[in-house]
Amino acid sequence: MIPMLTFLAGAAGALSRFTLDASIKQRWRSPFPWATVVINVTGSLLLGLLAGLVLFGDQSAVWQTVIGTGFCGGYTTFSTASFETVRLVQQGRRALALLNAMGSLVAAVAACALGFLLAWSL
Amino acid sequence: MDTSSAADSHGELPSDPDVVGTPSRPLHLRPSALAWVFAGGIVGTALRYYVELLLPHDPPGWPWATFLINLSGAFVLGCLLEGLARLGDDSGWRQRVRLCAGTGGCGAFTTYSTFALEAVLLGRGGHVGTALSYGIVSVVGGVVMAWLGIVVAASVGRGRARA
Repeated sequence: MIPMLTFLAGAAGALSRFTLDASIKQRWRSPFPWATVVINVTGSLLLGLLAGLVLFGDQSAVWQTVIGTGFCGGYTTFSTASFETVRLVQQGRRALALLNAMGSLVAAVAACALGFLLAWSL
Repeated sequence: MDTSSAADSHGELPSDPDVVGTPSRPLHLRPSALAWVFAGGIVGTALRYYVELLLPHDPPGWPWATFLINLSGAFVLGCLLEGLARLGDDSGWRQRVRLCAGTGGCGAFTTYSTFALEAVLLGRGGHVGTALSYGIVSVVGGVVMAWLGIVVAASVGRGRARA
């Protein structure tokens, strides 16, 4: 039951990513892949919060599996982020490529830590 | 109203003021596109779930499951997008494969959130060196693997073109 819910939550996460990515790109045209950055940072914040609530708030670990492994995992994506960095390099935008790769890493880890701390302070 | 596109008009679609002038609604609002992404998302998440189950992560150690998932997913996505682009424009079956295997499958298989959480938990446990190297090696490795995927698909494409 829990695996099936996790897979469905992951698919819902992928759908959210697909629609949010398209709506951001529609409104905000830029060579920099903002949409994927926004998705990965918000998903990492949510997972940090969730993991913190399970660890500090005695919430059931089932939440972390279904919403964390499932939804957040399906919502955020590492493959597209990597691919977009390569595209930026191919376009000769090396500074943006470096910013995308390292900026995403720093921002996602910081967002995840922030969510974690938020849960701890609650 | 749009009178120029009788051949393009879809009787089953309601007229939408947001999409006047375009023959059909944007891809991300089409039920069939959403269904392909959803189906791929189930498979991608399931694969990741079982790989994480096979290789559980204990904080002082390297998070091998997520690491292997992210690097292999980046390779497959590079291969897939380059291969599809070489086979033709993004429409018909190529678009369906991209949405299902790429956006849904590779997108849901790989994960940035679990990756970030593992780095945070490694750092929290005092394993700052492992956390830093995990973050940097993953990001650099992902870019190299996506690039390799593109190169492999491109060379297969060139080989087929010569044959």
